[in-house]
Amino acid sequence: MLNEWLQSPLFSLTLTIGIYVLAQAVYRRTAIILFNPVALAIAGIIGVLLSLDIPYATYDRGGRYLLFLLGPAVVALGVPLYQRRQEIVRRKLPILAGVAAGALTSVITASGTAWLLGASSSTVRSMAPKSVTTPIAIGIAEKIGGISPLTAAIVVATGCLGGMCGPEFCRLIGIRSPASAGLAVGTAAHGIGTARMLEIDRLGGAIAGLAIGLNGLVTAIIVPLLFILFPV
Amino acid sequence: MLRGMAVLLLLQAAGELLSAGLDLPVPGNVIGMILLFAALRWDLVNLETVKEASELLLANLGLLFVPAGVGVMVYFDLIRKEWLPLLVATVFSTFAVMAVTGWVDQLLARKEQNHAE
Repeated sequence: MLNEWLQSPLFSLTLTIGIYVLAQAVYRRTAIILFNPVALAIAGIIGVLLSLDIPYATYDRGGRYLLFLLGPAVVALGVPLYQRRQEIVRRKLPILAGVAAGALTSVITASGTAWLLGASSSTVRSMAPKSVTTPIAIGIAEKIGGISPLTAAIVVATGCLGGMCGPEFCRLIGIRSPASAGLAVGTAAHGIGTARMLEIDRLGGAIAGLAIGLNGLVTAIIVPLLFILFPV
Repeated sequence: MLRGMAVLLLLQAAGELLSAGLDLPVPGNVIGMILLFAALRWDLVNLETVKEASELLLANLGLLFVPAGVGVMVYFDLIRKEWLPLLVATVFSTFAVMAVTGWVDQLLARKEQNHAE
């Protein structure tokens, strides 16, 4: 009976939402950025699954319902984009230049650092699309001979890191306006960064959402070209 | 609320169709975001129709990334093999991208503002 419940989608959903709510409470109470609710919930759920010996495939039978809602949620980012369209259109050149510079920086520093540290060719290639949203990143990784599951894991880690301390880091290095911080966090840390940005500032969140799409597009174009020029 | 949800799902489907049909490098839901913006901009969709459903989803956007994140546990072995280059490259690159993107945007936005004055 208990075992049946543990294997059910009902358990996965209860666990996921329960731990996430708990993680939010911990984050609010402690205000420690390391306790970012998304990162904390992921770690907590993995801990529970491992200790109860529940395989990911079983967990995913419930988890996929939440994953499904990610689709319409990304579409919903069109709403803040529309509401803040005047400010965004006014900044179109800085936004485009910022994303282009960020996309190039991402590929060069991610793959370059891994290469310098002696990572294998397939790992270097898996690193390249690390800052873009998962479905785009996987498509790019497959195209250039990366390992797409490894790319997916790196993308999640990148998002958690940017969501965890992106806005704080921006403030620290003198990026003052919420618009610039939103662009930085959305470009570097895709949806997870955007989720954090939306909690802080509406315009920043709208621009972060836009940055997911723009960075995905730019990265999908430049990564295959860069690996033709530098076949590592 | 339900009408809004229906609009979001419909636009996601349209986005998926466009992405697959035109073989675009951008996934359907991101195209759906642009379609929703366009539909609002040209009054094909009323903001009030989609507002409630959108706010609910966006207020809990973080939660929706959790199941995919848990999926990382399947690849622990793959990560363990080259964990040091993976860790250093990911951390360094993430901060580098934020710095470059934020600075470029801020610098150009200030320059434009100065020109306008």
